[in-house]
Amino acid sequence: MEQAKKQKSPIPGPEQDEAGTVLPAPASPWKVAYKELKKNKLALVGLFIIAFFILTAIFAPLLTSYQPQSINAGPRLQSPNADHWFGTDDLGRDIFTRIVYGARISLMVGFFAVTGALFFGSLLGIVAGYFGRWIDMIISRIFDIMLAFPSILLAIAIVAILGPSLQNALIAIAIINIPIFGRLVRSKVISIREEEYILAAKAQGMKSGRILIHHVLPNSTAPIIVQATLGFGTAILEAAALGFLGLGAQPPTPEWGSMLSDARQYIQSAPWTVLFPGLSIMLVVLGFNMIGDGLRDALDPKMKT
Amino acid sequence: MSQQPLLQVKNLKKFFPIKGGVFGRRIGDVQAVNDVSFDVYEKEVLGIVGESGCGKSTTGKSILRLIEPTAGEVLFEGKDVTSLSQEEMRKMRRDMQIIFQDPYASLNPRHKIEKILGEPLIVHGIGTKEERRKKVEEILEIVGLPPEHASRYPHQFSGGQRQRIGIARALIVRPKLIICDEPVSALDVSIQAQVLNLMEDLQEQFGLTYVFIAHDLSVVKHISDRIGVMYLGKMVELADKDDLYAEPLHPYTQSLLSAVPEPDPDLKKERIILEGDVPSPADPPSGCPFHTRCPHVMEECRSVVPEFREIRANHFAACHLYKEERTRQSAETTIEHQS
Repeated sequence: MEQAKKQKSPIPGPEQDEAGTVLPAPASPWKVAYKELKKNKLALVGLFIIAFFILTAIFAPLLTSYQPQSINAGPRLQSPNADHWFGTDDLGRDIFTRIVYGARISLMVGFFAVTGALFFGSLLGIVAGYFGRWIDMIISRIFDIMLAFPSILLAIAIVAILGPSLQNALIAIAIINIPIFGRLVRSKVISIREEEYILAAKAQGMKSGRILIHHVLPNSTAPIIVQATLGFGTAILEAAALGFLGLGAQPPTPEWGSMLSDARQYIQSAPWTVLFPGLSIMLVVLGFNMIGDGLRDALDPKMKT
Repeated sequence: MSQQPLLQVKNLKKFFPIKGGVFGRRIGDVQAVNDVSFDVYEKEVLGIVGESGCGKSTTGKSILRLIEPTAGEVLFEGKDVTSLSQEEMRKMRRDMQIIFQDPYASLNPRHKIEKILGEPLIVHGIGTKEERRKKVEEILEIVGLPPEHASRYPHQFSGGQRQRIGIARALIVRPKLIICDEPVSALDVSIQAQVLNLMEDLQEQFGLTYVFIAHDLSVVKHISDRIGVMYLGKMVELADKDDLYAEPLHPYTQSLLSAVPEPDPDLKKERIILEGDVPSPADPPSGCPFHTRCPHVMEECRSVVPEFREIRANHFAACHLYKEERTRQSAETTIEHQS
């Protein structure tokens, strides 16, 4: 297909080798991965769920005429009906409204916690992995210590020190996720550091910084993206857990975890008060996990069973 | 060859520590390169041959300090490369490039060809963005690839094409010296010749100097001006290509050359078959490293390391067999002024 272009070489002879075998168009490894992802039905469902929640969060004020914090928007503990789709809670607040606004909080917590953990974790992981020796020793041992604690316990300890609030819960979740990203990045960097193209980059005369940013990092992104997606789910779950324990968002913030906590005494008389926040948490986490799994398969075809 | 050599390697050594025991102490060394010296002159191709594990690749990478040498000097244009700072070394790399063995592993899979070839220019601050793009297209044409291929990824090329990209990458900064670390051994035989011819043409066209590392004798014979033979971390013989093939001096070289397949089935030739295996470089034999397998082994070989010296004109070897010959020769050629 490329026949016409072959004869330009000033060097006679050797340009004939297998010029025809070059694939015509498909390009970047990312595009290949995207194609792969599109084939995965489960991942698409996950994507759909998350897209749904993101749109909900963005257009929250358009979806409901109530305010999430206005008490007595309707009668107390009313079961779902045409006015209050998900019913009302013990203070007469519209649960649908609170769920919709709660999506904003959960997604925000997920986003900032993962971004923070990803940033600091990757930075530490790259430094540990690329420079090795004593730097690696120190960083890895700190990760080990953090991972030795049950993560939620560590989060509780951090919130206890900083004081309970949504912002501090977010910081705590970011901190407990740092070693997870850090270890992943470190191991990836260690394996890539030994690749011959890194040696080639060095032979070209590149500085360490450039090698790290242009060569090591782009080749370690795939597992990081997967972990970040899965981390979204965990972070949201952890935020809900902290909220439930009263250490995260404080009332009257419409946070799903604290909604569950507030409503738990009505679980028998008014099950809808716990059903909908619980269902929302489950759906979001499930959605992120489904995308994460799909991405893992798409980005690393070798891992497929 | 009286001119100043472009590259002088003097007593180069590279030992890899073997760690063991409870506290990870150094319990020994793998003597990958042990006291290797040679000169490379401008615009010549010096071939280095030897079987796997003899230290030829380590020698090549140590010259470029991709592996830090344990001891010895590497003089490039008279400057000792081993004593340069990181930054000075980085700048020096513009003049000394390398072509790697495996064209699949040595190209970053996430970079397009234009980036792979453009990066050396960026790091050495050559040209503007537009000039760099032009240079990339030029070099692609020179190595026999269509310039349109610049926007492709390495996985879209075959092995031979990838190696051409590897060659282009080494060439684009217009180096003086290129270390070719088995550049064709990973390629299909039918492609080897094409890539070799390309490298030969480029050498003439750009006046390059190659240190050509290979284990294939016919490949080395084809491209080299002079050839060095390595065995167990040491250079055992170094001579002009024709001299070496016509009259190998070292018993190892003799057996190596006798193993080259002969295309004519009627031509009977005597093969020197060596016994045993190559000794471990972690525990090399005393004296001459080859004495455990040498058909002409003498008592002296077991204890005394033979000196690497000029036995004939421009023909170096490290072997006790030629001790007398040299003394006889030197007696003929030099005026006796010592007893």
